[in-house]
Amino acid sequence: MNTSALITMILVQVPVTIVTIYFFLKVLRTPPRAEPDSYIDNDDVPR
Amino acid sequence: MSTNKEAWGTRVGLILAMAGNAVGLGNFLRFPVQAVQNGGGAFIIPYFVCFLLMGIPLLLIEWSTGRFGGKFGNHSTPYILDTMAKGRLWKYIGVFGIFTNIAVAAYYCYIESWTISYVFHSLFGTFSGKSQAEVATFFTQYIDVMHSTTGIPFEAIVVYILCLALNTYILSRGLRGVENVAKIGMPLLIFFGIVLALRGLTLGTSGATELHPTANAWDGINFLWTPQFDSLTNPKVWLAAAGQIFFTLSVGMGTVHCYAAYLKTKDDIALNAVSAGFMNEFVEVVLGSMVVIPIAAGYLGLDWVKENAGFGMAFQTMPYLFQQWGSLFAVIAGVMWFGLLFFAGITSSLAMGTPWMGFMQDEFNWKREKSAYSFGLIVLLMGLPTVIFYQQGVFDEYDYWAGTVSLVVFALLETIVFAWIFGINRGWAEINAGADIRIPQFYKFVIKYITPLLLLFVFLGSLLTPLGNDWQAALSGLFSGNGWLLDNSSIIKQITNAALYEQLAAATDVAQIAALKSKIFFVNLARTFLILLFLGICVIVYIAYKKRVKEGRNTL
Repeated sequence: MNTSALITMILVQVPVTIVTIYFFLKVLRTPPRAEPDSYIDNDDVPR
Repeated sequence: MSTNKEAWGTRVGLILAMAGNAVGLGNFLRFPVQAVQNGGGAFIIPYFVCFLLMGIPLLLIEWSTGRFGGKFGNHSTPYILDTMAKGRLWKYIGVFGIFTNIAVAAYYCYIESWTISYVFHSLFGTFSGKSQAEVATFFTQYIDVMHSTTGIPFEAIVVYILCLALNTYILSRGLRGVENVAKIGMPLLIFFGIVLALRGLTLGTSGATELHPTANAWDGINFLWTPQFDSLTNPKVWLAAAGQIFFTLSVGMGTVHCYAAYLKTKDDIALNAVSAGFMNEFVEVVLGSMVVIPIAAGYLGLDWVKENAGFGMAFQTMPYLFQQWGSLFAVIAGVMWFGLLFFAGITSSLAMGTPWMGFMQDEFNWKREKSAYSFGLIVLLMGLPTVIFYQQGVFDEYDYWAGTVSLVVFALLETIVFAWIFGINRGWAEINAGADIRIPQFYKFVIKYITPLLLLFVFLGSLLTPLGNDWQAALSGLFSGNGWLLDNSSIIKQITNAALYEQLAAATDVAQIAALKSKIFFVNLARTFLILLFLGICVIVYIAYKKRVKEGRNTL
């Protein structure tokens, strides 16, 4: 693999992977809002 | 009042469903081909510029307009747009958000049905021992509805109907059904993609044969990623990049609005939109670039890839390449590859059903089962011509007008509504309401000015594509007084069937003339179906409007 291709690939793929994981983890770690929210699985009383 | 009481189960389920909506067959098939055809590594620069200046803003616009419309009990674009702008016209502009989905689902489910069929053919070793030409022929035989590869009469139609029935059944289970498919499909898709990408990365020269002695997977990766910066000055590359961003994110369709309409104002959309958008980018840029091109170059050589890179490779070439990995791994790779394409397809086609269902539930109090079955029936009626007359160009016609032109038109109009009619200040407040991340203020400017201009650029670029897609020659021709010569791929020339009529004028063979005349007939027939579908939905929206007036819940 030539150097310029390798650099381009790394410069693109590594940041995209990191940003994707970062945002998804942020979603997972953000505490849910107080009820009633938009999601039904965490409801105390089924809708 | 609407009977629509649906809701998402979990936030992760929503994001996976939204990412599944965006991730489609194009992530693995269209992106690498576009990159190869538009400057390799340099394509990625305009691609990411367009992602940041057009893709992310459109996602934010669609998520926020969807959630805004949902506040008023509207779950599809006709009445979502109607709540945002005064005037009776907007709900008919919103018709695009139902029309596009039905028309695209009609042919998209056909591709999806190929993946189902190919999973089973891979599993039962149909491609074992077949030459490259035989595998390619197998596909052309498969799409001939009179031919059967399994003994089932009208196999292509039967599998298409089964695929559509599966989609309809899942849709009849409501958002919960869609969410469950996304929760299973997306992780599997990513897992299959990683396995195949690792194979593409480690193939090297091991696939070289006497027939293709110079075959090397690294040549494919090199070609894809070596920057050619001179291509950055070519508007064609920028248009291709903008087009790819458009199609990969599934914006301009009305599906994002519909999914987001089931959210409450206090819940985040900003982080959700960005997270789903980047998940799509990961699948496309990281996984999508590492499968088809490297594996094909590893067995057939780079020259073959340059000449043959295209959508057909997925079905006509990949099964043959997998056979080179030995009988067991050929089965595993075949199931993974077509399984991956199936999950990419079904998570998108399910999304296409929800705007119609949302509309019928909101406006006519239909139950979700009835809405789902009616969607399946309309798609079947629209889709059968694409299956039966695939080779006569009906499929391509649907793809061009519904799957390409309509998206650009609707995205341009919805951006204007959001930024200029609804107003950027109200729009910005909508985006930031309940946000778990802070969107940079810079995006307010981008949404108001840059995104509409980029969309206008894409639209005009498609409307007036210059001869040979050579923008430099066209611009110098224009300024030197020679006018602007249109390419046959431009929207204007497409409308007039210029390419077909040119071929007809040049044809001398009687059979060829008859075939061209037949193709023109079927192309016009496909357009008639599309126009009738659009007008039909307009009539339904009008009836809904009259019903609203009668019930005293008239809109703006």
